[in-house]
Amino acid sequence: MEFRFRVHRYDPDVDVTPRYQVYAVDAEGDMTVLDCLHRIKWYQDGTLTFRRSCRSAICGSCGMLINGRNRLACNTRVLDLEEPEISISPLPGFPILRDLVVDWDPFFAKDAAMKPYLINDTPPPEKERRQSPAEYNQIDNATLCIQCGCCSSACPVVWNNGEYFGPAALTRAYRFIYDSRDTATKERLAIAGSEEGSWRCHTIFNCTSDCPKGVLNTQNIQTLKRKVMLQNLGFGGTRIVFEFPQPESDADTSSNARNADSAGHRTH
Amino acid sequence: MIAHDVVIVGSGLAGMRAAVELKRKAPHADIAIVTKVYPTRSHSGAAQGGIAAGLGNVRYDEAMMPVTADENQPGDDWMSHFYDTVKGADFIGDQDAQEIMCREAIPTIYELEHMGVPFSRLPDGRIAQRPFGGHTNPRACYAADRTGHAILHTLYGELIRYNVHVYPEAYMLGVVIEDSICRGVTVLDIRSGEIGLVGAKATMFATGGYGRAFKITSNSFASTGDGITAAYRAGVPLEDMEFVQFHPTGLFSHGILLSEGARGEGGYLLNGNNERFMARYAPGRMELAPRDVVSRSIYAEIEAGRGAGPNGEYVLLDLRHLGKRKLDERLPQITELARDYLGVDPVNEPVPIQPTAHYSMGGIPTDAEGRVITGENQVIAGFFAAGECACVSVHGANRLGTNSLLEATTYGRRTGQTIADFLANDRPDLSAMPSYAQNEAEEEVAELMSRAGRERAADVRNELQATMFTNSGVFRTPDKLTQQLGIIQDLRERFTRISMDDKSRKYNTELIETLELAHLLEFSECIVAGALAREESRGAHARRDFPKRDDDNWMKHTLAYRQTDGRPRLDYKPVRYGPDGPRFKPEERKY
Repeated sequence: MEFRFRVHRYDPDVDVTPRYQVYAVDAEGDMTVLDCLHRIKWYQDGTLTFRRSCRSAICGSCGMLINGRNRLACNTRVLDLEEPEISISPLPGFPILRDLVVDWDPFFAKDAAMKPYLINDTPPPEKERRQSPAEYNQIDNATLCIQCGCCSSACPVVWNNGEYFGPAALTRAYRFIYDSRDTATKERLAIAGSEEGSWRCHTIFNCTSDCPKGVLNTQNIQTLKRKVMLQNLGFGGTRIVFEFPQPESDADTSSNARNADSAGHRTH
Repeated sequence: MIAHDVVIVGSGLAGMRAAVELKRKAPHADIAIVTKVYPTRSHSGAAQGGIAAGLGNVRYDEAMMPVTADENQPGDDWMSHFYDTVKGADFIGDQDAQEIMCREAIPTIYELEHMGVPFSRLPDGRIAQRPFGGHTNPRACYAADRTGHAILHTLYGELIRYNVHVYPEAYMLGVVIEDSICRGVTVLDIRSGEIGLVGAKATMFATGGYGRAFKITSNSFASTGDGITAAYRAGVPLEDMEFVQFHPTGLFSHGILLSEGARGEGGYLLNGNNERFMARYAPGRMELAPRDVVSRSIYAEIEAGRGAGPNGEYVLLDLRHLGKRKLDERLPQITELARDYLGVDPVNEPVPIQPTAHYSMGGIPTDAEGRVITGENQVIAGFFAAGECACVSVHGANRLGTNSLLEATTYGRRTGQTIADFLANDRPDLSAMPSYAQNEAEEEVAELMSRAGRERAADVRNELQATMFTNSGVFRTPDKLTQQLGIIQDLRERFTRISMDDKSRKYNTELIETLELAHLLEFSECIVAGALAREESRGAHARRDFPKRDDDNWMKHTLAYRQTDGRPRLDYKPVRYGPDGPRFKPEERKY
């Protein structure tokens, strides 16, 4: 079947403004968007530029805007898009370097600002630090994040305010604040609750609905807000654990993520 | 020229773990990582099932079911892990290095846990462990089925903690070795297109494997053996390249990995007649035989006409009996991969699978400390390697599942220590890189970009990958291997007649793909030549005309040296043991 790909093009050495180029691709329905982009690059136009690596939805390289949704090109099958016309643009809100390639540096700088490493002020034991399965479950969902940027690029607050940490970085903060082995909660809450932190979130839920890994970003940010508030009210010394609703035993994280599609409010 | 005390090429587990060790042991050293991706994109993150260590938190009960072990009665020890590794490697691994890896596995895992790796847990809070192929005890520590991802992101955090300088999207073009001293690397900055020299007192390669030489592979597009080829071009021989692991359970037609943890958790392999066919080949271990054994068994079933599917070209991984709850908790990623790519829900249907090129046991020869060596044991000063690009050799002819993350972390750590000692004791100079290195790198790129033939690089690459998979795959014959050597020569000739569409400097990914293709064409010949010469079957190398292992003639490592015409010359070196000789003597390998 023939698909028409309308792809964002921008070569900084040649183009004054971005443009769109249309490519016809003859593809089997179970091919992914990434397969089709390769078909274009390898057989039609070697100048088409995009990132990819693992092609199994774990490296986070190929996030892009596909028919208006922030997705991974590698795990999106063209038949699932249910359209013969497919539009492809770089992640919104990111500086564009070339075609579909965006500048990751600001995104990773925000991640680094969260101190994305375990801080524990007691000397480590000889063996492992114990962590109960229930404690582990507090962070299980947050550790699914692959840093693909689909959440931040879906966030209207990020579009309007480049300084806002955004959902990926705040989920990273959440992942350490709720790790039973981490003792830097106060320090982390000061960062996550700072001016460009969790309070900027308008609970739009785009970040949750577009996350290709089912990370509950918006929920994590609301939990951080409550935690910051309790800390500021003087409850910081006690460990208060908020539990977001765990999937029922017959639901799973992936279907949970898909359910979020209908629960989330789309704004673009 | 940019200069650092240490430059590490590659940002997967081995490279990052080495950087962390250097920051701990040589805090004043100026170290930098050069990587062609961003660190969290590295292919270590795609590892799924686990990382081995004889912690003994879990043991088998009488019915061979994994149960929590008493804290005071560990269910495992490193010596048992050592034996399993030696046997899994089909006795051609270097036992000094295997012993080190299995012994250091235990502190390595605890260190990773202290860094914050989110391991799955037992009810009492200890690290959970699951069974894996070829291991006699359940010793795979795991983070659901995304263990590599969990460790990769944790080590990335450590880079930030220690403020390690990273050059992302910087493509290493070559390594400069003069008079057996390594001076540094030449690098193409992908973003700007500029070529420069990075000089260093110590250069470490942690550049990963080369699965992209094969059509069906679990490997990322980035797994193109860049470090291996750069070392080879600089005069370092490549060791044991013929030993390529084919993972039994790649997603049919895609090759995407479905973790061996699926079988560790109790998954079955079924043929077209719904039989658990492993009973025929490895009755003692069934689906948990090592990967080489299982991959050959799958092919044997398909060849005997017992494959599944309309054309009988795959077999099935059946996880239905594990139940939805267990799949969600322990194997969520592979459940989603099967749904997203094949539209098959493992909860309700068995998943079509086929063997997929997965891991390169061979690579850049190093000693047991991570120093790159040529010949039998001549050190190249200032050059180090660890992880999949290196051949220590801990995996011999066949790697056990969960030993790759372990090798990357233990040998990353150990090599970091070796480099710290090298800086402190040898006090190497930071000498200027020779100017010809810059010229050569620029000429290589300019020449490629100026080619104006009619061949498309994609056609050359596709044909190489397809023929390597068919002619140099799970089963090998001298006819097909000989034929493949001819095909590679032909493809190399065609490669001189390619042309590129993209003439820009900035972010030219077509150029990167073409440089990578040149690497594939170069090292693939070492795989095939090594396989043709090795007239025996050992581990992952299975010759139809020599079905038995031959310790009298072939208990030795292959070394492929690059000749001036670019073709390999084969030599051999003995297997290495500790000071007391082999701890485990060769025996028949049965499961």
